[in-house]
Amino acid sequence: MAAVASCGSGAGSTGSAVATASKSNVTSFQKRGPRASGTNDSGPRLVSIAGTRPSVRNGQLLVSTGLPALDQLLGGGLAIGTVLLIEEDKYNIYSPLLFKCFLAEGIVNGHTLLVASAKEDPANILQELPAPLLDDNSKKEFDEDVYNHKTPESNIKMKIAWRYQLLPKMEIGPVSSRFGHYYDASKRIPQELIEASNWHGFFLPEKISSTLKVEPCSLTPGYIKLLQFIQNIISEEGFDGSNPQKKQRNVLRIGIQNLGSPLWGDDICCAENVSNSHSLTKFLYVLRGLLRTSLSACIITMPTHLIQNKAIIARVTNLSDIVIGLESFIGSERETNPLYKDYHGLIHIRQIPRLNNLICDESDVKDLAFKLKRKLFTIEAEVQKGVSRATFLLDGPRKKLFPCLFQLLEVACIPWLMASSSIFKASNIGLSPSYVTNSEFFSASLFHF
Amino acid sequence: MFVELNNLLNTNPDRAEQGKLTLLCDAKTDGSFLVHHFLSFYLKANCKVCFVALFQSFSHYNIVGQKLGVNLTVARERGQLVFLEGLKSAVDVFFQTQEEPHPLQFLREANAGNLKPLFEFVREALKPVDGGEARWTYPVLLVDDLSVLLSLGVGAVAVLDFIHYCRATVCWELKGNMVILVHDSGDVEDEENDILLNGVSHQSHLILRAEGLATGFCRDVHGQLRILWRRPSQPTAQRDQSLTYQYKIQDKSVSFFAKGMSPAVL
Repeated sequence: MAAVASCGSGAGSTGSAVATASKSNVTSFQKRGPRASGTNDSGPRLVSIAGTRPSVRNGQLLVSTGLPALDQLLGGGLAIGTVLLIEEDKYNIYSPLLFKCFLAEGIVNGHTLLVASAKEDPANILQELPAPLLDDNSKKEFDEDVYNHKTPESNIKMKIAWRYQLLPKMEIGPVSSRFGHYYDASKRIPQELIEASNWHGFFLPEKISSTLKVEPCSLTPGYIKLLQFIQNIISEEGFDGSNPQKKQRNVLRIGIQNLGSPLWGDDICCAENVSNSHSLTKFLYVLRGLLRTSLSACIITMPTHLIQNKAIIARVTNLSDIVIGLESFIGSERETNPLYKDYHGLIHIRQIPRLNNLICDESDVKDLAFKLKRKLFTIEAEVQKGVSRATFLLDGPRKKLFPCLFQLLEVACIPWLMASSSIFKASNIGLSPSYVTNSEFFSASLFHF
Repeated sequence: MFVELNNLLNTNPDRAEQGKLTLLCDAKTDGSFLVHHFLSFYLKANCKVCFVALFQSFSHYNIVGQKLGVNLTVARERGQLVFLEGLKSAVDVFFQTQEEPHPLQFLREANAGNLKPLFEFVREALKPVDGGEARWTYPVLLVDDLSVLLSLGVGAVAVLDFIHYCRATVCWELKGNMVILVHDSGDVEDEENDILLNGVSHQSHLILRAEGLATGFCRDVHGQLRILWRRPSQPTAQRDQSLTYQYKIQDKSVSFFAKGMSPAVL
C-alpha cells in the first residue's frame, strides 16, 4: 500500500517485512474471518496456532493466561500483541504464581518462551513451573474440589466448561490443544516438557557484563539490552512474519519478572525524586511497539507498591494494556477480618483495553478475592456465609504452601452476613507467620513454589 | 462520527468552523471514543487529516473507523490521511539509526529533546499542494495522545511549544483545525501533565471532557461528558457556555442523555 507518511520511508527491512506481514495477516489487530478485507487466505491458518482462539467480540486472537478464571475475567484471554501488567503483592508471594502459570501454559501449548529476570536464572524459573492437570484422575479430584465447597447456585454461575482432551504427556509439541489448563503447583512440570519446549532466557547479570556498544539514550542499560534481545528473537525466529519460509507459525510468550525493581538498574522503586523517571515508560512504549507488530504476548510483574511517585504508576498503567493488581492480606488488618477469613487476598482488575472496538468486556463484579486451596486457586467475589467449606482448605501449616489453580466464583460483599460465621479461621492465614516478618523486598525470593 | 454528538456540538461535516483548537480530555475513563468521532467527522468533511497516532496501531483505528463509516486505508492511499503510527515508528527509530531526521527522533536522545522534527513532519503533511486543484477543504491535525509524549521523556514545555507552533501553522496560517487528546491525571500528582493540560485548555476553543462517574462503575452509564465553549483570543465578560451530558458507548455509536435520564433508569 502506498506509504504516504514520511515515517514509512525511514523504515528498514523490518518495516517492509512488517508491511508484507500485515498483508498476510500476521499483525494481531486484523479481523479474522471470511469478511476480512483485502487479505489472502491466511486467515484460517492463523486460527490453527495451538493454544489460541479468536475473541468472540472482535476477532482478536487470544492466548490463555494459564488461569482459566482470569481468562474469563479478561474477556476470553490475553490478546496477542498486548501487555499484561501484574502489580505485585507486597511480599511477592502470589504474583510469581501467575507468572509461572503463564509460562507453563506456553510450554503445554508448544509456544516459544522468552523469560527475562534480573533476580533468578530463567532456567531455574522454568524448573519450578507447575505441572498441568491433564489426565482423568486429576480431573476427578478437581471436580470433587469444585463440588465440595460451592453451593449449587454458585456452581451454575461458575461453569467453566472446558473440555478435557486426553493426550499422552510424552508427546512432543503441543501437549494439549485445549485453551486454558489447570495447574497443580505442588508438583513440578515434567522435565520432558521443558526439554521439548523452545525457550530463551535473559538473565540480566550475564548480559550486562558483555560490552556491547550501546548508544546513549535515556533508558537504563538493562532495559536497552532486554529490548534488543527481544527484538533479536522476534526477527530471527520470524514472529513478525519476516521469515516466510516458516510454515508453522507460533506464538512467542514473553515473561519479564520484577520489572522496575532496583535489580534492573532502575531506581524508581527506591527514591521519590528519581534520576531518570522516563526509563521505564519508554521501555514499555517500545516494548508495546514490538509486540503490536509480532505474534507475541507479554506478561510483566512489577513491584508498584514500592514506587513512591504515583505519577509514574499512572503513566505505566496508561502505557500497558491490561493491568491487574494483587493485594494479599498477609500482614494487614484484613487478615483477621472475619469477612475475608477464607481468602488470601484481593485481585483488582484495574484496566482492560479497548482493542479494535469502542467498548470492552468489563466484568460487572468488581470485588474479587483469591484464595489458595489444595488444587485450586480461586478468584471469587466475597463469599456468602453458608457455603460449606471443604475440610482440606489449608488446615494447618504446610511445607509446600501453594498448590494452586485459579477458579472464579461470584459473590456479593454483604457485611451483615458476618454475624453468622462463628469459626474464626485465623490460622489459615497464619499459614506463613514467617512471611510477615520478612518484609524486605529481596527476601521474598526465598519463598518459591 | 456520532450523530448525537454532532447535534450536541451543533455542527455537521458540511459546515464546521475553521481555525479552532479542540481539546479532548479524559479523567478516570477512556476518552478515545471522542478521537474516533473526530477522525471520522473530518474525513467525512473531506478535509486533509494528519493523524499523529501515538497510542494505538493503525489497524485499531481502521477497524473502529469502519464501524463509523470511514475507511482509513482508502483515505491513506488517496492522500487524504497522513498517518504517523507512533508504536511502529518508535521501534524503527529505536533499533535502527535513521539517515534523515525522524519525527520521533527524541526517542534516541539522552535528555529531553524538542519536538521540532515532529513539527516539521506535521507541516510537511498539511502544507497545501501547489498547482493541483484544491481537493480537500481544510487541513486538520489530530493527536492521540499528548500525554504519551510526556511518558517518553519530552518536557511539558517542549510539548507546549510544539502545540504552539502547530497552532500557528495549522489554525492561523492554513485556517485548519486541531484536535488533541490529553489525559487528566486527576488526584495523582502528575505536575507535568497538569502543566500541559492547563496550557492547552487555555488555548482551546472547545473542550470535551469525558469523566468517569463519581459513584463508580455503572453498566448503563459509562461516563459523563462536559462540553465547554471558550473564546481564548477575546477576553469576554460573559461566561463560557457549558453543557453536561452522560453517555453510554455502544458497539457503533454513543448515546447521550441528560444527567440522570439514562434509559435504563427511566
